[in-house]
Amino acid sequence: MQAQSQAVPGTQAVLSLRGISKSFPGVRALNGVQLDLYPGQVTALIGENGAGKSTIVKILTGIYQPEEGSITVDGRETHFPTAQAASAAGVTAIHQETVLFDELTVAENIFIGHAPRTRLGLIDRAEMLAGAQRLLASIGADLDPKARLRDLGIASKHLVAIARALSIDARVVIMDEPTAALSHKEIHELYDLVEKLKAQGKAILFISHKFDEIFRIADRWTVFRDGQFIGTGQMADVTEAALVQMMVGRAVDQIYPKRPARIGRPVLTVSGYGHPTEFEDIGFTLHQGEILGFYGLVGAGRSEVMQALFGITRPSKGACRVGDEIRVIRTTAQAVEAGIVYVPEDRGKQGAVKGLPIFQNVTLPSLARTSRAGFLRLAEEFKLAREYTQRLDLRAASLDQDVGLLSGGNQQKVVIAKWLATKPRVIILDEPTKGIDIGSKAAVHDFMSELAAEGLAVIMVSSEIPEVLGMSDRVIVMREGRIAAEFAGAAMTPENLVRAAVGITGEAA
Amino acid sequence: MTLLKSREAILALAILLLLAVVATRFPAFVAPANLARVFTDTSPLIILALGQMVVILTKCIDLSVAANLALAGMIAAMMNGAGVPLPLILLVVIALGAALGAVNGLMVWQLGIPSIVVTLGTMTIYRGTIFLLTDGKWINAHQMTDAFKAFPRAVVLGLPVMGWIAVAVIAGFAVLVNRTALGRAFYAVGGNPHAAVYTGISVGRTQCAAFVISGALAGFAGYLWVARYAVAYVDIAGGFELDVVAACVIGGIAIAGGAGSVAGCVMGALFLGIVKNALPVVGISPFWQMAISGSAILIAIAFNARRSGPQGRIILKHAEHRA
Repeated sequence: MQAQSQAVPGTQAVLSLRGISKSFPGVRALNGVQLDLYPGQVTALIGENGAGKSTIVKILTGIYQPEEGSITVDGRETHFPTAQAASAAGVTAIHQETVLFDELTVAENIFIGHAPRTRLGLIDRAEMLAGAQRLLASIGADLDPKARLRDLGIASKHLVAIARALSIDARVVIMDEPTAALSHKEIHELYDLVEKLKAQGKAILFISHKFDEIFRIADRWTVFRDGQFIGTGQMADVTEAALVQMMVGRAVDQIYPKRPARIGRPVLTVSGYGHPTEFEDIGFTLHQGEILGFYGLVGAGRSEVMQALFGITRPSKGACRVGDEIRVIRTTAQAVEAGIVYVPEDRGKQGAVKGLPIFQNVTLPSLARTSRAGFLRLAEEFKLAREYTQRLDLRAASLDQDVGLLSGGNQQKVVIAKWLATKPRVIILDEPTKGIDIGSKAAVHDFMSELAAEGLAVIMVSSEIPEVLGMSDRVIVMREGRIAAEFAGAAMTPENLVRAAVGITGEAA
Repeated sequence: MTLLKSREAILALAILLLLAVVATRFPAFVAPANLARVFTDTSPLIILALGQMVVILTKCIDLSVAANLALAGMIAAMMNGAGVPLPLILLVVIALGAALGAVNGLMVWQLGIPSIVVTLGTMTIYRGTIFLLTDGKWINAHQMTDAFKAFPRAVVLGLPVMGWIAVAVIAGFAVLVNRTALGRAFYAVGGNPHAAVYTGISVGRTQCAAFVISGALAGFAGYLWVARYAVAYVDIAGGFELDVVAACVIGGIAIAGGAGSVAGCVMGALFLGIVKNALPVVGISPFWQMAISGSAILIAIAFNARRSGPQGRIILKHAEHRA
């Protein structure tokens, strides 16, 4: 296209996005971004958590509609009102969790929705099997078309998804973190496959956090940050350091109400925590009055560690010491008793019980304290609920109101109040400000600071770098289920956090 | 909360309307003595519906209540035949019912089998057990002692003991559901099982407790039923589990769990009881009876569906923000 997209001479972009914007309540997910995909080339889309990568994939596949901007296919402007429209235009996506049908065969999965028919309008099974065989052979996949999908591994499912993409004559293939769940050998097979697709002239959008693979297979790069287009260019002309700089290079425009806290004695000591599939070698110490940030890319295993600490899942290895005692935490009740509480990330699903009034939500883990001889005392419940919701400045018509009718920020306050009412020693906040409005965010930050000042030990899991840097005394970065690095003081910089999270070793540029 | 109350008000209004319509055709129906009779007649339904209510609150269903009732009733009649004193019989049937409920509960909790499957199976097993115990023989009135038959019918302060038992169970449930940690757990588990886990409430244990309660009440109702009708055989209360579930649904107990009240449940049972008792006296065929019960269920479900209305509105408000 034009000069700004730095087109390879003689090649026209198959698909171009210009000025795409998309908002959700409280969030501007994309703000006038652009993206070009060229035939026979791999474009890597790079960005930190929340940069807008998933949103752009959903727009490209017709799941979301942008509010502004244009989509151009082969130089003709178009739009994708439905997933079918995107598919008809030749755009297909291979997702992190591949969306296929486990109970159907490989061939049925490849041809579902557009199976070859006999003259009577029935599915032509022989033709379908033969077609599947051809497609699988063309990508060098050694799979039985009659095998049931649920019997295959993730790598094989990817192959089926790719064969399906080819069967609908896709020209744009989106790979959203395709290597996230693959073994070393499978990843190399995937690279070979990407080369084959390139040779067939497909335009590939490759979304990945892993710098090593981006540099290995991508031809072009595009960086998004906070829903903005930052830059694009040829891989050959860029360095890792420059990409990291573009990913994080933002002005910290928010003032965080972090007060200097008096760090006291160790409260929680975790050593050698391991889980068969989720994390390994997790060890850290948390002190009184400290806010310990846990940063990492989505899926790095941070929430999983916290869930093990809270007794939701059980670690297979390791020990946990609260205060001076070794504690074995097998159930949430034991965690609460040990003084550890967890405010989960997914409030709608794991936090508030919608349908129950506010006060009952707050007192749910404290009912033993508000009852006498096994009978609940509503007056006591109201007292407790009032005390803690007032501390959090909850805005609600009455404590009798259904929690489901509150805003996200206020629901978050109810969940935090619920746990503070148990008088914990350690509070774990998982993405405490995700999806809540700016005002409530500031209130949550303020309150977090106050809790630490009162001597509570706080763990904050967050994917927002400004929040992590602004609120934490210390930051642990996790990567692929392990602790990648720990930073304190002057070493707490955006570059260091991102480098550790994406796995770039060596000194910061 | 206000919405819940208003739904109960609507149900109360429907019951009054029903009584008014019946009264125009047959005024004697609304005489206090007759209403007391209708209430007593509806007592087993009320008792079982309350047990069913706590099960449904936890996102489960207990289809085995009527079979549990029949088995416990048969055991009661057989123990009576063997000369066991009444207080001991009562203890045994309640314990037996609780044990049968615990079988359901443990399978749901420990094996994770959906409750509808578990109770569909145990329903058949419990009925089959009666057949094995009796070879299909009946135990008739003349084989029962007078004391055994008289207890539920003894009139105290104008109401038979059976009616008073229903009153006591209603009061007990009002306390259980509103004033105990277990009662709160029923709502939490049904309202949001994930959040319940994150709060330290065991979903399975809570569900199991609901089944034990439902079973114990079914066992107790088994004695009441057999003593009142003075007959015990394999098929007593056949299909009664559906009336029990219907009473809950009409009473506004959300079939998806987590919402409903004792008052609603009792009124749902009373509504069915009144329909059943009133229609014959005003000369309406039993087929209409079924149609009316069925319509009541559908109308109640339509009301329940309206409950999700406000949530929809909130989502639309967000949509407005987006636009």
